Parts: sequence; structure tokens; C-alpha cells
Amino acid sequence: MARLGVVSEQKEDARVSATPETVGKIIALGYEVVIEKGAGEKSSFPDSQYEAAGASIVDAKTAWSSAIVMKVNPPTDAEIRKLSKGTILISLLSPSLRPDLLEALSRRGVTAIALDAVPRISRAQSMDVLSSMSNLAGYRAVIEAAHEFGRLFTGQVTAAGKVPPAKVLVAGAGVAGLAAIGAASSLGAIVRATDPRPEVADQVKSIGGQYLAVDVAEQMQSSDGYAKATSEAYDKRAAEIYSEQAEDVDIIITTALIPGRPAPRLITAEDVARMKPGSVIVDMAAVQGGNVAGSVAGEKVVTKNGVTILGYSDLPARLPQQASQLFGTNMVNLLKLLTPNKDGNLTLDFEDVVQRAVTVVQEGAITWPPPPIQVSAAPASAAPAEAPSEPAPKKTMSRTARTLLISVGLLVLLAVCTFAPAPLPQHFLVLMLSIVVGFYVIGKVHHALHTPLMSVTNAISGIVVVGAIAQLNTPNLVVQILAAIGVLLASINIFGGFAVTRRMLAMFTKGDR
Amino acid sequence: MNIDLLTTATYVVAALMFILSLGGLSKHETSRSGLVYGIVGMALALVATIGQMVVNGLGTPAGQTGLVLLVVVIVIGAGIGLWRARVVAMTGMPELIALLHSFVGLAAVLVGWNGALAPGDVPDNLLGIHHAEVFIGVFIGAVTFTGSIVAFLKLSARISSRPLMLPGKNALNIGALVAFVALTVWYVITPVLPLLIAVTALALLLGWHLVASIGGGDMPVVVSMLNSYSGWAAAAAGFLLNNDLLIVTGALVGSSGAYLSYIMCRAMNRSFISVIAGGFGIEKPKSSDDEEEGEIHEIDVQAAASMLSNASSVIITPGYGMAVAQAQYPVADLAARLRAKGVNVRFGIHPVAGRLPGHMNVLLAEAKVPYDVVLEMDEINDDFAGTDVVLVIGANDTCNPAAAEDPSSPIAGMPVLRVWEADNVIVFKRSMSSGYAGVANPLFYRDNASMLFGDAKDRVEDILKAL
Repeated sequence: MARLGVVSEQKEDARVSATPETVGKIIALGYEVVIEKGAGEKSSFPDSQYEAAGASIVDAKTAWSSAIVMKVNPPTDAEIRKLSKGTILISLLSPSLRPDLLEALSRRGVTAIALDAVPRISRAQSMDVLSSMSNLAGYRAVIEAAHEFGRLFTGQVTAAGKVPPAKVLVAGAGVAGLAAIGAASSLGAIVRATDPRPEVADQVKSIGGQYLAVDVAEQMQSSDGYAKATSEAYDKRAAEIYSEQAEDVDIIITTALIPGRPAPRLITAEDVARMKPGSVIVDMAAVQGGNVAGSVAGEKVVTKNGVTILGYSDLPARLPQQASQLFGTNMVNLLKLLTPNKDGNLTLDFEDVVQRAVTVVQEGAITWPPPPIQVSAAPASAAPAEAPSEPAPKKTMSRTARTLLISVGLLVLLAVCTFAPAPLPQHFLVLMLSIVVGFYVIGKVHHALHTPLMSVTNAISGIVVVGAIAQLNTPNLVVQILAAIGVLLASINIFGGFAVTRRMLAMFTKGDR
Repeated sequence: MNIDLLTTATYVVAALMFILSLGGLSKHETSRSGLVYGIVGMALALVATIGQMVVNGLGTPAGQTGLVLLVVVIVIGAGIGLWRARVVAMTGMPELIALLHSFVGLAAVLVGWNGALAPGDVPDNLLGIHHAEVFIGVFIGAVTFTGSIVAFLKLSARISSRPLMLPGKNALNIGALVAFVALTVWYVITPVLPLLIAVTALALLLGWHLVASIGGGDMPVVVSMLNSYSGWAAAAAGFLLNNDLLIVTGALVGSSGAYLSYIMCRAMNRSFISVIAGGFGIEKPKSSDDEEEGEIHEIDVQAAASMLSNASSVIITPGYGMAVAQAQYPVADLAARLRAKGVNVRFGIHPVAGRLPGHMNVLLAEAKVPYDVVLEMDEINDDFAGTDVVLVIGANDTCNPAAAEDPSSPIAGMPVLRVWEADNVIVFKRSMSSGYAGVANPLFYRDNASMLFGDAKDRVEDILKAL
């Protein structure tokens, strides 16, 4: 049973890597959990709640000396020095951007697990911290923009005049982009979105945005779930779209990130200059170089023409309570995977692609990058791209064919009833009415009652006994015997059918909650 | 007052009772009163018919013999019927119902034969029609009889439930129908006994062939189709005997059975014709061999038990395997135990799970699972995504993701329970064999699915012990 320490973040980040709720789940996995004093304070999780969940509150030194150390942000150099050899560190590490960090960790002889290196496969979705944080960041980006923006998002017609709705452009419809589209459109803004992957068009529409397609021959298919770099022709057309949009929209939120590369430049200085004074740009990729010319990571910049560019890098941390909750849950899900026996012993199985991918330093040896895995969510490019198959449309008769058929049927019935001798037409009338009644009576039957219904109809169809009984009178012994057998069979049916239905119905009871 | 008029009046009341009975059975709340209506209606019809027979026939020796016979056979029939109804296991319900259908079919055949042997006083202008009615009644009755017998044998596993595949089977069926029409015309012109024997034999063969060429997986449709046929057989007898009660009742049963079959077919995304012509599962699925077979994850009882006790919501999707293993009682226990712990346990029932429409509901009801946690596919399908654990107990095709995702699959487009959207799926299965549709199930290879091999009943009991 290993000790697992949750340490506090540097002062600007309000998040914490475990909440009282997730601590309970980690303890259920067999770990002993210690929390650095005050680690959850800024996320509104007081120490007392952690204690109630079963963790003990310790000082920083004790927390850092645990066998497993959990935190949110990559450790600083000072923090790395607090790690002892053989410790397992779990946090965000951005391994592809911070080779220096991996170096430092490997020199320290620790094992480092990068939560942000979880591969995008469906099994690992529950531990995909990038998705959960991007989701919050996208929402927060809209809120930050609204804060800087001197106008309403929604359009209104008031006694004091008409207010037009704000126009928002979201560049990149990934998790963050979609969250931003949703948040902005629910505030009432007109939202447009761009993305190199045409398959996201429906997702954009579904949450209230309008998808701006970049019409070039090339289409991008993502084989690993992340966006990729785009071609030259595409970039040229996209740049035109951004320039056109910059003039028109009030708010631009850029979310374009390609893993392991500097962020693509989408909005040029000229585009920014074209925007109306008072417009706001949120560059969510500012840390990786920025999608927008002139953005500064972590800063708010106001251009000469009055455009505010926000380069905040701590958007998720501005929603600390939920960010911690989601982060903590991702963390628990990872720990579940790494603790298959629930005995508090963390094991790393390199056969498993997820475990292989997240382990970036193992006992001092750098194991990043992992061997590539293909986990295409999109169809492989060799096969012709097929639209997701919808259930084959049912063949229905054309309207005319159906009308024709019904008319013919009615005519036949009419003819039969006209020419048939005396009792037949009445019989047909009775037959028709009964069929219709039967159809409508059964139409709404509850699915659970199909079997009782069938056994009752079965009992009722024993009514054929009536015919057999009537024939018992016939002065012909053969007929009488045959009729008797008929009565026998039908009465088995009647009594058996009703009795068994009674038995079944008696079993159906309603729950008492 | 005339006894015949009284009888007719009673029939009107009885017919109304039957309609009320079927109407009542469409809801849980009214189902018991529906049953009472049915019994009352049947009692009225019997009393009236017997009364009429006694009044009209008591004076004649034939009438006295008939009365004695009547009492004897009704007592025997009631005895057998009540006894079978009491002892039948709920898992054996499909067989029983199929067998009962065959009785109606045979009774209709006998009534038809009697109509031919002792036509009574049929006016001359109706004689031809009478002959045709005899033929139609005998034909439908005989098809119902052998069809139900074969269904019974298949359901009780006395014969293989594999579809019989004779060459040109559609031609055989259509040929039989054409022959039937030809024989009917012939018989109307020259009513002789050999023709009646011929048509009976023809219908018996047709009934046997129709059902023999349908696979076991389609049995819910077949049983309700036979139910429908037995109704039509009664209605045909009504035409023959000039009896409106028979027509009303027969038509009620016939149309309700047909509608139920239609519901079943829609649940399997098949056309009614293709099922009754045995089209389902005939072609061996091509894609099953080169199916990308992945790794399966086996899970042990302990792990399954702890997964269940840590879950906050559980959905159980039973199938025919639960009926075979008689696992409904331990499954109900498991559900009750988990519910007592505060776990939200629900059941998801596919419309064609089991071998009879509503089969699973009856089994779960037998084991005292409250019916308000037993939900239909459409009611529960959207909830799988948020569910912690799904237990698939003896179901296969009804939760096959290939139906939803693989357009080349033979069951593509069939609505299925989307169990794979849950966080974890535990599949109780005896082996890796495929279901009745003969289609491999990619569910077993999903990352969130684990297999728990063994007899469903034993495994569920083991989990109960481990909890």
C-alpha cells in the first residue's frame, strides 16, 4: 500500500489534483492519501472535507516525499528538487514541448506520468485531461471575452432602440472550440466556426454555430483524433476567410493547436487592424506561440485600434472548482488503470498502449515519445470514405400504388358482397368490423403483456368449441366422435389458456418505490 | 322466447366481452379485469351453446349420446388444460402456447370435416359456397396444426431449430397455395371425399414446411403468426357454421396476432414476408469469417461483483440464454440486492428477446421483478451511455453493435440495445459461439466489454455469493 501525496499548486493556479470526492475513490483503490495543507483552499475544498473523506493533512515536505506525487501543473525546477529518487510523479507535463523538463525529471531518477499524453482512444477518454480542461477553457474564453467586450451578446429590441447581437468567430472546432461555440450561442451571439476537418460541421451546427467551410479539394482526415497541419492551398483560402470575417465579427476565439508543434498563425496583424474598435480576441493557443499576431501568453494586450487580445493561459484554472473535479476524476480513472488489483500498488504495464503512452520517464529513463498507435476514429483512408450508415430506408409503396391497391381491395369486397347470397354479406360485415376492432384494441398493448395477451387470445380462439358442440347433435356417430375430439381439444385450450394467463398476470407486480 | 334467439343474443354479449378482454390486456392496471371479461365471455358462449344443444337435441337419441360425450370430453379437456397450466414452467411457456395453437388448428380441421360429412340443411344456392368454406376452414386449420406442432418441437428442442432448406422452397409454398385454389374449385364442382383428404394432406404438409424452414431466432414471430392463423381458422369455421360469434372472435384473434407479428418484425427490421417465408439467416453471413477478431477480456466473478457493488447504475439485458439457464431467479435476487444498496438497477428488454413476444417480461415477473423497472428497448436505449455496468445475460444478437455500425452485416439496421455505450459491459455466455442469426458479435471484443464464461445461473449465483 503506497502513500500518495496531493501537493498544492503555485500561487497563480487555483486548481488541485484531487477533490474530497476523488480522494475517497483513490482510497478505495488501496492507497493511503495525504494532502498538503491548504491544497484545495482556492478551489473551495477545505482541509476538513479531505479529512472527512479519509485523507490526512500534512505539511508540504511530507506530501512531496510520498511514493506517488500528484499535481496539476508541470513541476518547477524547485519542485523537481523536492522529488526523491524512485518517486512517481503524475501531472500535466506537455512532454512534446518541454524536453528540458523530461531531462530534469530523468536526472532526478523519478518516474513521470504525463496526464496530457493520454492517447485519444475511446477507452482512454475517461482519463483524457486535455479534453476535460479544454471544455472548461472554451467556456471560460467566452466569458472572458464577454467581460472585455463592451456590449451585449444577445440582440434586443427595446424602447430605447435596437441592439444587434454580437458576432463571434471560433477558429477550430475541437473540444474547446465546441464548448466556446455552445457558450457563445447560448448567450445569444451569432456564432461561426472554422475547422479544417469537414466532419465537424454537424457538431458545430448541433450546438448552435454556423460552419464556414474552406472550399479546397483537400479534405483532412484525422487518424489519431487530433488536428494536423494543413496544405498550402487550404491555408491560402482559409486566410481569406479569416480576413473577411475579421472585418465583420466582434469577437474571435482561436483554439487551433497541433500537438507537438507551434500553434498555426491564423489571424495576421492586418486582420487585427481591420477589426472594429472594441472587438475582443481570445487566443487560447497563446502559450504555444499563438494563433493571433500580437498575442502575449498570459497577458491582455490592447492594440492601437482598440482591439483587446487576451492570451490567458490559465483559462481552466479560472473555474477552479469544476476544473479540479474533472481533473481529479481523470486522475482517478488513470489510477484505476494503473492499479488493476486495487491493492494500492501502482504498476506500469508497457503492453498497454495507454500506460505506455502516459509514461514519459521511467525510473530516470526517458520513454517519450511512445511508439505510434493508429486509433483512427475516422475510416482508414484506403477505403472509400463512407458516410456513417444509417438504417437502410424501409421500402414503402409509392402513394399511387397504395391507393390503387386499396381501391382494388375495396372493389373486390364490394363485388363479393354484391353477388354473394344471403348470409355472406352480413358475415363479411362482421368479419371486417372485428378485424378493425382487433387491430385497434391491440395497437396500444404494453410490450410486457405480449405473452399474456397471446395466451388469452389463444384461449379465446378455443371458441371453435362452439362449432364442435353444435355438431355433437348430428345423428351420425363418426361426426359425433370427430366433434367430441374437437370439443376435447378446444376445451383444453380454453381452460389451459385462461388458467395460464391468470398465473402469469398474478406474477406481474409493481415495485414499491 | 326461442332458444336460438337467446343464444344469438348471448353471443353478442360474449363477443363484446372478448373485445373488452383484449382491450383490458393492453395495460398492466386493467389486465386482470381483461382476463375476467374473457372468462365471462367464454362462459356465456359455452352455456348458451350447450343450452341450445340440450334444448334442440334432448329428444333425439343422437342428442343424448352427444350430451354424454360432451360432458365427458369437457371434463377431460378442462382437467388436462388446468393441469398443464398449473405445472408448466414459465420458461416452457412458448412450447405450451405453440401446442395449444395446434389444438385449435386440429379442432378447426375436425369441424370442417364434420361440415363436409354432415352438411345439414344447406340451401341449394349456398351449396357451392358451403363446399368452399369447408375447404378454407380445413386448409387454415391444418396449416395451423402442423405449423404449431413443428414450432412446439423446435421450441422444446425435440428437433433442431435450424431452418430446413429445401431447394425451391418458395416455389413449394406458392405451388401449395395454387394447388389449394385448384382443389377448392374442383371440390365446389364435384364434392367428393378424396379431394377433402387431398387438401387436408396438402395443408398439413404446407404447415409443416412453412415453420420448419424458419430458424429458431424468429420463433417469436412464428408463434404470434400461428396465433393469428388459429384465429382465422376459427373465423373460417364461423363462416361454415353460419355463426357470427366464431367470426367475430376468430377475426379479433387473427388481426391481433397479425399485428403482434408485425410489431415483432419491425423490431427486427425485417419484412413480414421475409420472415414467414424463412428468409432470415438463410445466407451464411460473409463478413463473419474475416471479422476483425480482437482480444476478448475475461473477467472473474470477484471482479464482476466488485464492479457491480461500485456501480451507481446497472442495466441488465436478458436474452433467451437466461431462459435456458433458468437464471431468472438469481438475476432477480441480484437486482434486488443491488437495489437495496441504492444502485439504480433496470432491465432493458429487446422486443424479440426470447422465443415468444414478451417472454423475458414473463420470466422476470415470475421472479418478482417489479414491472416498472423492466423497460422496453426504446425507453432505455438512450440511457446506456450514462450507465456504469451493463450485464448481458444470455443475449447476443439483440445487443450486437454490428447491426448499428456495420452496413455489410446481415443484421444491419436491426434496432438493437446499445449496451456498448455503457462504461462497462459484462457478457454472460457459455462459449464464443454466435447467436441465432449466425453473426459474430463484435461487442465481445470491445475494450469496455468483459466476458464471464459459464452457465448464466451458476455465474449469477456466484456473484451473489461474492457480493
